[in-house]
Amino acid sequence: MSAIDPEPVLHGERLAVTRALTQIENNTQKGYQLLEMLFPYTGKAHLIGVTGAPGTGKSTLVNQLAYHYRHHLEARDPPKVAVIAVDPTSPFSGGALLGDRVRMQDLTGDPGVFVRSMASRGSLGGLAGATGNLVQVFDAAGFEIIIIETVGAGQAEVDIASLAHSTIVVEAPGLGDEIQTIKAGILEIADILAVNKADKPGADHTLRALRTMLTLAQPQPEDLDHHGPAMKPGQTDIDEPEKAWVPPVLPITATTGEGIPDLVGELANHASYLKTSGEWKQREQKRLTNELEMLLRDTLRSHWETKISPNTYQDTLDQVINRKITPWKAVELLMGGANL
Amino acid sequence: MADPQQKIRVLIAKAGLDGHDRGAKVVARALRDAGMEVIYTGLRQTPEMITEAALQEDVQVVGLSILSGAHMTLVPKIQRLLAEKGLENVKLFLGGIIPDEDKPELEKLGVTGIYGPGTSTQLIIKDIQNACQQ
Repeated sequence: MSAIDPEPVLHGERLAVTRALTQIENNTQKGYQLLEMLFPYTGKAHLIGVTGAPGTGKSTLVNQLAYHYRHHLEARDPPKVAVIAVDPTSPFSGGALLGDRVRMQDLTGDPGVFVRSMASRGSLGGLAGATGNLVQVFDAAGFEIIIIETVGAGQAEVDIASLAHSTIVVEAPGLGDEIQTIKAGILEIADILAVNKADKPGADHTLRALRTMLTLAQPQPEDLDHHGPAMKPGQTDIDEPEKAWVPPVLPITATTGEGIPDLVGELANHASYLKTSGEWKQREQKRLTNELEMLLRDTLRSHWETKISPNTYQDTLDQVINRKITPWKAVELLMGGANL
Repeated sequence: MADPQQKIRVLIAKAGLDGHDRGAKVVARALRDAGMEVIYTGLRQTPEMITEAALQEDVQVVGLSILSGAHMTLVPKIQRLLAEKGLENVKLFLGGIIPDEDKPELEKLGVTGIYGPGTSTQLIIKDIQNACQQ
């Protein structure tokens, strides 16, 4: 088994890149060896996450965003743009229908754009297990902008926040009242909030509700003075308001491209905020820590699997199913039997 | 030797000026339920768009749905572009209205399977699985 040559991947040759992505997505030995060689060349790209509920217009927005980077940036060569679009794998058949490309027709025929669809393959956080590794391949291959579109997210699919530098949460009018905006979860991870379908009735209401939510999270000095200093929470953000990033709320109409230039502008602002505040480094560290922990977990599990016979596992499982022992006891027995 | 995590990836495409994609969607759904990863491109794709998508998605199979009668123009062009991109191993399957007299020519061009109206999706699934095992 010969290793894959990293050179064509580093030069961005499309056939080499696509084959590399497949090996790495399939967790093959060759794929890991290749990642090993590509890793030193990573860390240059701006990773942009796009998440939101199904049907809010994520794919259409990604299409416009990538198109804008390729065609409307002034005073520089357009950056190479990679898109990773994740759609869910069926928990029943293991199959998937990946339909995000349907909305990305404007990007075809551009050699500076590469769109790859991914099935989530059992991961629950809105991404696939290998998404982070695919990002490394694109990063090493010289793609400066990498846009990651998550599966249609509900309230708690927040893995994207630990992968991307800048996370755009896409909202649309008519998806619930103000209480939805103060729930924990997906809105908390937004660096930028995009209210898509801004031409639809109710968009103003959604914009207002989200802006109100943000002022609750980031009280303004005048709000605090209103009830005197006793109200002042112990947030460091308040002490240095000029340093904190307050997520902008932007109206967008992704079908026409209305609002996309503002969005690209805010992404650039966010990237420079991350760099000047030192948060870029922190996020990179957090991302790599997460990746290491995930890898450790997977590796420990496969190591454990080699130590335990399928029969022992089945016997223990049968005992749990027959209510002979508790699941906790079963774990104790299985871990003890494995001699780790 | 196929890796256990290796999934069959299929691109389902509608080529040319042909707005009827019911059949393509039925097949896409059936392949999904058979455990494959199906990338659906949408309507009115040019041969360039289809082959570029096949490259970016690194699929083993391209399934083309053609009801317009343009298959003798589109298929050779798609085969040529696939080869130019280094994707000569990609298996091409054809569905739609394909007259019997065109089939020998298409098979000579390297089309792996041709399916008309009324084909059982089970047959298509089996043929794709067999073609990917070789």
